[in-house]
Amino acid sequence: MKTIGQTIKSLWSLIVGLKITTVEFCKPQITVHFPRKEVTNLGSYRGHIDLVPLANDPQTPRCIMCGYCADTCPSGCISLKFHMVGEEVNPEQRRRLLLGLDVAVPRSGGKTPPPDKIERVLDGFHLNYNYCSLCGLCVQGCPVGSLAFSRDSYLVGRARQDFEFDLLARLKSRAGTNSGKAAA
Amino acid sequence: MPHDAMSKLVGDYYTTHFTPDPTSEGDTLILNLGPQHPSTHGVLRVVVEMDGEYIRRSEPVLGYIHRMHEKMGEVKTYLQYLPNMGRVDYLHALAWNWAYVGAVEKLMGIKVPPRAEYIRTITCELNRISSHLLWWGAYILDLGGITPIFYAFADRERIMDILQRVTGARLTYCYYRFGGVSADIDDDFIKETREFLQHFKTRLPIYHGLVTGNVILRGRCEDIGVLPVEMCRRYGATGPVLRGSGVAYDTRRFEPYSVYDQLEFDVPVGKNGDAMDRYDVRMAEMVQSVRIIEQALDALPAGPHVSPDLPERFIPEKGEVYFAVEGARGKIGVYILSDGTAKPYRLKLRSPSFSNLHVFAELAQGTLLADAISIMGSLDLVIPEIDR
Amino acid sequence: MIIELLATPLGHTVAALVAILAFLGLNGLVMVYMERKVCGFIQLRPGPFEVGPRGLLQPVADALKLVGKQLVTPLGADALLFWLAPFISFAPVAICFLPIPFGPIATGMEMNLGLLLILAFSGLNALSLVLAGWGSNNKYGLLGAARAVAQSVAYEVPLLLSVLAIAFQAGSLNLSTIVEGQKGILSWNLFVQPLAFVIYFISATAETNRAPFDLPEAESELTAGFHTEYSGMGFGIFFLAEYSYMIVVCAVATALFLGGYDGPFAPGIWWFLAKVFFLVLILMFFRWTFPRVRFDQLLNICWKWLIPLGLANLVATALVMKLVK
Repeated sequence: MKTIGQTIKSLWSLIVGLKITTVEFCKPQITVHFPRKEVTNLGSYRGHIDLVPLANDPQTPRCIMCGYCADTCPSGCISLKFHMVGEEVNPEQRRRLLLGLDVAVPRSGGKTPPPDKIERVLDGFHLNYNYCSLCGLCVQGCPVGSLAFSRDSYLVGRARQDFEFDLLARLKSRAGTNSGKAAA
Repeated sequence: MPHDAMSKLVGDYYTTHFTPDPTSEGDTLILNLGPQHPSTHGVLRVVVEMDGEYIRRSEPVLGYIHRMHEKMGEVKTYLQYLPNMGRVDYLHALAWNWAYVGAVEKLMGIKVPPRAEYIRTITCELNRISSHLLWWGAYILDLGGITPIFYAFADRERIMDILQRVTGARLTYCYYRFGGVSADIDDDFIKETREFLQHFKTRLPIYHGLVTGNVILRGRCEDIGVLPVEMCRRYGATGPVLRGSGVAYDTRRFEPYSVYDQLEFDVPVGKNGDAMDRYDVRMAEMVQSVRIIEQALDALPAGPHVSPDLPERFIPEKGEVYFAVEGARGKIGVYILSDGTAKPYRLKLRSPSFSNLHVFAELAQGTLLADAISIMGSLDLVIPEIDR
Repeated sequence: MIIELLATPLGHTVAALVAILAFLGLNGLVMVYMERKVCGFIQLRPGPFEVGPRGLLQPVADALKLVGKQLVTPLGADALLFWLAPFISFAPVAICFLPIPFGPIATGMEMNLGLLLILAFSGLNALSLVLAGWGSNNKYGLLGAARAVAQSVAYEVPLLLSVLAIAFQAGSLNLSTIVEGQKGILSWNLFVQPLAFVIYFISATAETNRAPFDLPEAESELTAGFHTEYSGMGFGIFFLAEYSYMIVVCAVATALFLGGYDGPFAPGIWWFLAKVFFLVLILMFFRWTFPRVRFDQLLNICWKWLIPLGLANLVATALVMKLVK
């Protein structure tokens, strides 16, 4: 008697399963068909990083060339090019604003040597997006907030070189079109 | 067939050293399950010696997705190693985040603000639900039921949307930072999470009706791969695999970290240690995770999401540290040996899947091939975590 | 001239065979579309919808893709057996359709032993699976072939027992006669012999190698089982045969249990097709709902439950028939 009861119960479980699939069968579909419709939750999307310009000058990035981003990047995607203004530059001071992150003296409490006071000019800010893992350490660590994630979620390319960006040139071209528009 | 053509079919080192046991009776067959096989979930390879459909011996072959995460730890600074943790176990990435971040915090004595602790708890438990959902779908897929994984993914998608809001990623999260988390959660996040939890509670009965109660599934899981506690101890199996065998060991409960000692939750355990028990434990764990998240959302304090007095550089003193958290697959441990420089001298990752996998070889002995697949699925293996 | 030819039994049969083959090709397309749509809707997806209006041309695109693919004979395979197997799988299907009464006059070939013919020829399918698995020199294929044998041992007997009960009741193995015996919905054998219907339908699911009994091709265990090594149309023909067998078993179920072409208003053939495709739909729901059973469980179900029940049903039918007469 018990076995028969169990058998009926187990057969009923199959009916329950069919009932659930039938209910789901009648529900509307939940997928989004990309080219016709796009997802709406891209607000927090992280694209490759971009330079943030100064508030009063869209041509110049906020970057102070400290080199924190280049040092902290786990994949080494970022490289900076800059030159110094002024002729009498001490060769010892021909360095970035910050020392490498692993150079600080142990037991110094993480204190860095005082920054020097030489003016620097950014020549290029190169990002190799191929190796970027979008961890956000550079954006978060930037002392002047000069980096931000771009929001282009449909970035595609045909070759590796398509993902090697000069962010400074991007900034300038963006500013150029913007100021052009403003002038017009 | 020409001889040289035949020689191509012989196999590689692993199959040839696994020649049929000369003492075994009758003809046996050496079969490679994987590295490309639908139910090894990635690139696990298992060499099995089969007698008909029965498995005589089996041997897992690892190393197909070895990425030297431990070695990478030795050549990167403490901060730079963070993104690696999202890629060890991509299904419960936040637990690995937490294990590493927690280890460094312990090593350097960094205090984490309470709000950050709660945010970590909420996000980590959300991630645990999404991991268990994926396992659930994939396990039924192993057993031949194709539809459940789509339902699981529909819900998982909502979790990923929620986590994407704060982490910016959908799978390989790199969210926790030394002394906090990288971004604060907002009211929308809390609202969406609460909505999801309500929605998820209505979904669970559907899951149970479609799968758990199904007589075919019970036939495939009950009394399959019975894992005695003693064997768990020998192999160091943890997580739901251990709890399925009846040991109520949960790192969150027995080595409480963060705010878990202030939250109420049960540690579900199984009775017999068969595949069905492991299944039930995971399903019950999702319910407990929902409980934990609800409590944490209610108790969420105000304050900074990252410690305000962090050192500029993370260079710990000489010393060593071990920190363990409870991942979706078991105890995740990170051991760091510091020599006082900016990079760890040695970094060891204790991954639960590695210990859980090795139970398989012994469990699968003498079972049918179909049962072995069921056993493997019930262990919830994530292959990148095994190889690291 | 052509009318005269068609009137001869041989001409009728040949014409029917041609019609059946055309029907099978078309049916394959319809069923692929139907299965993918059903599966999509169950899984909250749209299913195919890019190729053609509402994705209607997707099966055609699939078929063209299969035709266009290179045919590969694996190293060490027995080429003869390997390429013979798909045809052994497909050829008997066409014959299975001959005695099925689609409508009052739409029967390919009236024969007294129609039911027996269907059962005999559909049994050949297991042979083709074995040849495919054995001939392809693949270990997964071999395991699939072994499972195919185990499976055919399991389902053939209860299938016969349930069909036999109906044959007892109708006193004939001619499907048209059996259909004629069911007039009006209450006299359908589904309600007269519900147990036989359940046994038949379970066995029929196993016969078509569909989930939850798709053991010979269990993709999560044996990658693709017996057809692991088949590419292009080699696989395509197996695929077509599987869908055709679905139609065969559902058509037989319709004729035996659901009153065949019996129904009001519309011509009989539409009722017949509607019933067949309803049963096909149920088979599809099975596939997208249930996990797979293990092959020893299938043997258990068949030998410990279905055969005793089928025998009891048969004896009961025989007794009732004896008493009534």
